[in-house]
Amino acid sequence: MGSQGGFYQSKEFLDLVKSIGEARSKAEEDRIVLGEIETLKRRISDPDIPKRKMKEYIIRLVYVEMLGHDASFGYIHAVKMTHDDSLLVKRTGYLAVTLFLNEDHDLIILIVNTIQKDLKSDNYLVVCTALNAVCKLINEETIPAVLPLVVELLAHPKEAVRKKAIMALHRFYQKSPSSVSHLVSNFRKRLCDNDPGVMGATLCPLFELITIDVNSYKDLVMSFVSILKQVTERRLPKAYDYHQMPAPFIQIKLLKILALLGSGDKQASENMYTVVGDIFRKCDSSSNIGNAVLYECICCVSSIYPNPKLLESAADAISRFLKSDSHNLKYMGIDALGRLIKISPEIAEQHQLAVIDCLEDPDDTLKRKTFELLYKMTKSTNVEVIVDRMIDYMISINDNHYKTEIASRCVELAEQFAPSNQWFIQTMNKVFAHAGDLVNTKVAHNLMRLIAEGFGEEDDTADSQLRSSAVESYLHILGEPKLPSVFLQVICWVLGEYGTADGRYSASYITGKLCDVAEAYSDDETVKAYAVTALMKIYAIEIAAGRKVDMLPECQALMEEFLASHSTDLQQRAYELQAVIGLDAHAVESIMPSDASCEDIEVDKALSFLNGYIQDSIEKGAQPYIPESERSGMLNISNFRNQDHHEASSHGLRFEAYELPNQTVQSRIPPASLASTELVPVPEPMYVRESYQTTIVPSASSDAGSTELKLRLDGVQKKWGRQTHSSATSTSSSTSQKTVNGITQVDGSNTSNSRTRETYDSRKQHVEVTPEKQKLAASLFGGSSKSEKKPATGHKIPKPSSHVVEKSHARKSSMEIASEKKASFQQPPDLLDFGEPTVKSAAPSVDPFKELEGLLEPTTQVASDENHGSTTAAAKSPDIMGLYTETHAGIYDKDDSDILSGLSNPPVTNMFGGTTSMQVAQSSKGPNLKDALEKDALVRQMGVTPSSPNPNLFKDLFG
Amino acid sequence: MIHFVLLISRQGKVRLTKWYSTYSQKERTKVIRELSGVILTRGPKLCNFVEWRGLKVVYKRYASLYFCMCIDPDGNELEILEIIHHYVEVLDRYFGSVCELDLIYNFHKAYYILDEILISGELQEPGKRTIVRAVAAQDSLVETVKEQTGSISTIIAQASK
Repeated sequence: MGSQGGFYQSKEFLDLVKSIGEARSKAEEDRIVLGEIETLKRRISDPDIPKRKMKEYIIRLVYVEMLGHDASFGYIHAVKMTHDDSLLVKRTGYLAVTLFLNEDHDLIILIVNTIQKDLKSDNYLVVCTALNAVCKLINEETIPAVLPLVVELLAHPKEAVRKKAIMALHRFYQKSPSSVSHLVSNFRKRLCDNDPGVMGATLCPLFELITIDVNSYKDLVMSFVSILKQVTERRLPKAYDYHQMPAPFIQIKLLKILALLGSGDKQASENMYTVVGDIFRKCDSSSNIGNAVLYECICCVSSIYPNPKLLESAADAISRFLKSDSHNLKYMGIDALGRLIKISPEIAEQHQLAVIDCLEDPDDTLKRKTFELLYKMTKSTNVEVIVDRMIDYMISINDNHYKTEIASRCVELAEQFAPSNQWFIQTMNKVFAHAGDLVNTKVAHNLMRLIAEGFGEEDDTADSQLRSSAVESYLHILGEPKLPSVFLQVICWVLGEYGTADGRYSASYITGKLCDVAEAYSDDETVKAYAVTALMKIYAIEIAAGRKVDMLPECQALMEEFLASHSTDLQQRAYELQAVIGLDAHAVESIMPSDASCEDIEVDKALSFLNGYIQDSIEKGAQPYIPESERSGMLNISNFRNQDHHEASSHGLRFEAYELPNQTVQSRIPPASLASTELVPVPEPMYVRESYQTTIVPSASSDAGSTELKLRLDGVQKKWGRQTHSSATSTSSSTSQKTVNGITQVDGSNTSNSRTRETYDSRKQHVEVTPEKQKLAASLFGGSSKSEKKPATGHKIPKPSSHVVEKSHARKSSMEIASEKKASFQQPPDLLDFGEPTVKSAAPSVDPFKELEGLLEPTTQVASDENHGSTTAAAKSPDIMGLYTETHAGIYDKDDSDILSGLSNPPVTNMFGGTTSMQVAQSSKGPNLKDALEKDALVRQMGVTPSSPNPNLFKDLFG
Repeated sequence: MIHFVLLISRQGKVRLTKWYSTYSQKERTKVIRELSGVILTRGPKLCNFVEWRGLKVVYKRYASLYFCMCIDPDGNELEILEIIHHYVEVLDRYFGSVCELDLIYNFHKAYYILDEILISGELQEPGKRTIVRAVAAQDSLVETVKEQTGSISTIIAQASK
C-alpha cells in the first residue's frame, strides 16, 4: 500500500534506505553511508542540476546526517535552496537548514535576508515556513533584523500565522528577554484572540513571563479562570476535543499558570477554587489524558492557597493513581504525593504500603521517584531508615549523574537530621567511600568543619568523642585499597588535627599512616599536600608538648622527595615542615597553636595596618594610590570597550542600508534610534568621560608606581596572613580570601551555623507561603512554632536528645514511620490555637491585591467578555468545515491521495516511485497479513493504537 | 519545554530526530546512543519515563517504533505521552494507516507534520484537523496560492483538491 504522499524519491534513494535497513552491522551501515556521502559530494557541486534533483539530494543529506554522519559539505546548498522561488523547493531548503544548523552557525547570516523577504510574502504558507525557520535559526544577534516583521504578523488575518508569530516572539524572549521586553503587551492582547489555537499558543509565553514575575500578571487571574471555565464547559469548537476531553492541552497550560498565580495568594486562589473543583469532578480518570489533567490539578492545588475540599479531591485522585496497575500512574501518584505532602502530611500515612511497594519495584524510574518522595518526607525520626536505603541504592547503581544527586541528598539529610555523631560520621564515610569523587568538595569542607566544631556547642566531651570516633574510623578505612581523593583529603586533615588528640595513638603511628597515604596516592598532589600539612601539624603538636620528635625514615625520604618536587606548592610545604621541626617549643606554639581551626580569622580587607607605612612613604614623596578604575590609562580602554559593548548590544549587525557618506556626526543618531532606543544615550557618557580623562592626564605618570605598590601589598598580605591555617587545607589558591578554605574563614563566618540556618531557611519558606502551612510544618517536625525563630532552635534540640531516645528506635523497619507519624498527628489540635496570628499575617497581603483588582477590574472584564464572544463565534465556523471534510473523508483516503501525489510529483518520479513502492510493499507486507492482525490485536491490548481500524499499522517491514 | 524528539526503531535505527535545544553533532550521537541503550532495554510493563541527566525522557512504543521526547524535570509526563500520541494520530490520518515504512521513506513529511505540532519545543496546535489541513495545504500548494482572507472555501478547496 502506498502512502498518501507517495514515494516520489528516485530509485537510488529507495535503494539506499533499503540497503541501510538491511545492513547487518554498524560497520556495514557506515560503509554504505560513506559511499553515499561520496556520491552526494560529487553530484551536489555540479552547477546545473535540475531543482527537483537538488531537492532530493538535500533530503538525502538530511538522511545521512540523521544517521549521525557529517553532511556539512552540503549545508551551503541547503541555504541556497531557501532562496528559491518555488515554495516546494524553498520548504525543503528551510527544513534542511533548520535541521542542519544550530543557532550559532556562521551560515545563518546568509539566510536572514531570505527570511526577511519571506516574512513579507503575500502567500501565508511562505510566511509560515519562514516563521518555522525563525523559531529555530534566529539568534540574539539577528533578532533585530526580523523582530519588526514578526510583530507585524501578530495582526495577520490567518490564525496559523498569528500562532507561529507568537511562538517566534516567545523564542526571542527566551533567547534575549531585553529584545522583546517592550512587546509584552502583545501577548496579553493575543490572549483574547478569536482563534482558540492562537490563544492556546499565547499561554506558552505568558507562562514563562509569569514564572519570572508573578506580580505583574495578577490582574489576569480572572481572565485565566474564565477561559478555563469556558474550556471545561466545552465552549471551544469540537475540533479541540481530544479523546472526548475538551481541549485538555489548553486546560493543562492554564492550570500551570494558575498554580503560579495562586501560590501564596489567598485572594487569587479563592477565585480558582470553583473551576479547579469542577475539573476534578468532570475529569475522566479512565483515559490517559484525563489523568494528565488530574495530575496538573493536583499540582495546582498543592501550589495555591490550600482549600480543604480541593485537598481532599486531590488526595482521592492520588490514591487512585497509586492503586492503579499502571506504572505510569503510580509514578505520577508518587510525584503528586510529594507535592501534596508539604501541605497535608497526613495523606502519606494511608499510602505508606503503596510507597514501600514502589520502593521495592524493579523499575528504576519508579524507585528513584520514590526516593525523591522519601527525601521530602525525611525527619529526625526516620532519617536513619531513609538514608540507609538511599546509600544501599547508591552503591547499586552505575549512573554517575544520579549517583551524584543521591549522594548529595544523603549528605544533606544526614547533616540536617543526624540522630547521633557516630551515625553521622559513619554515614558520611559510606557516602564518601562509594561516591567520593562525585560529591561536591564543599561537602567535604562541611564535614571537616562539623568534626572541628562538633554538634552541640555546650558539650565539649561529645565533641571530642566525635573526633576520636572519626579518627578511629578513618584509620580503619585507610586500610581499604582505593579511596576517592576528596575523602582522603578529609582523612588527612582530620588525622592531622585530631590524630593524637585523645592520646590513644602515638605520633609515630599517625605519621606512619600519613606517609603511607602520600606514597600510595603519589599521583594525586592535592592528597600529598594535605598529608604533608597533616604531618607538620602532628610534629608541631609534639614539639609544643615538649616531646622529642623523631622523624620516621620513610617520612624523611618522603620529605626529600617533596623538597625536589615539581610542584611548588608541595615544595613550599616541605620546606615549611623542615623549618618548623627546627624550632623550639615556644616558637612552634605561637605559629601553630593547637586546635585553632575553629577560630575565626579576621581579614582586614582595607589593610589598615599598612596605613602608617603608606603615610611614611607619601611623606617621603611617593605617589598616592589611584584605584584601577580611575587610572587614565585604563580609562581609555574601558571607554572603548564600553562603546563597543553598547553598539554590539544595540545592533550587532546592521540589517538596514548604510546612509549616504556626506552626512556628518549628527546623522549618526537617526539609524541608531531606529534600531533601538538604547543607543541614544551613549554619546553623552562618552563625552563626560573624555573631559574627565583630560583632567586626570597629569597624574598618569604615577600609574606604574601605583601598580607596583599594589602588587607589593598583595605579597605582604599573603605572607602575613595566617599561613599556618591557610596552608592546612588550601593547595594552590593564592588570594587570602580563599586560602583559608571552608573551615575557618570563608565558610567559618558564613556556615558555622549553616545547619541551623538551612533548616531555618526552609522553615522560612513554609512560613512565607501560608500560615496554615506553618502549622503543618510544625506538626511535621514536631516542634512548636510560635514565632519564626523558634522552630530553628526547636529543631536543634531533637538532635542531641535523639542521641539518647532514638538509639532504641534505630534500625527498625520503615513501617515505623507510620507510627511515628501518628504520634505527631495528634498535635495539630494544639497547634490550631495559633489560628489568630495566621489571620493577621494574611490580612496585609490581601488588601493591596484587592486594590489592584479593583483598579483593573474593568479591563479584565472586557477581556473575558471579548474572549467569551469570540469563542462562541469561532465555534460556529469550524462546524461548516467539519461537515465538509466529513463528507469527503471517505474519498479523501483513497482517490484523493493519488491525485495529490500525482499533482505534487512530476510524472517521472511518480512512475519510479509508484512501481518500487508497490514492490516493496508487496514483498514484505503482502504475505503475512495474519501476522499483522495478530500484532495489531496485541498492540491494541496494550492500548497503543490510534482509533482507526488498520491492521497494517506500523507493521515493521524490516523486522 | 521539549528539548528534542527522537524516533528510534526497535533495532536502534534512527528514524527521525528533531532538536529544539542546542546540541552539537557529537552530543547528538552520544545522546542517541545513550538513550537507545536505556529505552530499548526497558521491559514492557515498566513506566514510560526515564530520568536522564537531570531531565526526563518520555517514550512510547508503537509497533516497532519508539517515540521519545525529552522534557524538563518539572514537566507533566502524561501530557507528553499524549502529545506523542497526538503526533501519531496525525501521522496516521495523513498517511492513511501509517507504518514505519511511510516514515522511513517520507521522513521529511514527518518533519513537516511535526513542525505543525511543535514549535520551538512547545505544543502549538492541539487540533488534529487544523494540522492535517495545514500540511495538506502546503503539499498541494501551487505557487499561485495568494492570500485571500475571508473566503474559507478556497482553502478547503485547496486542502482537498
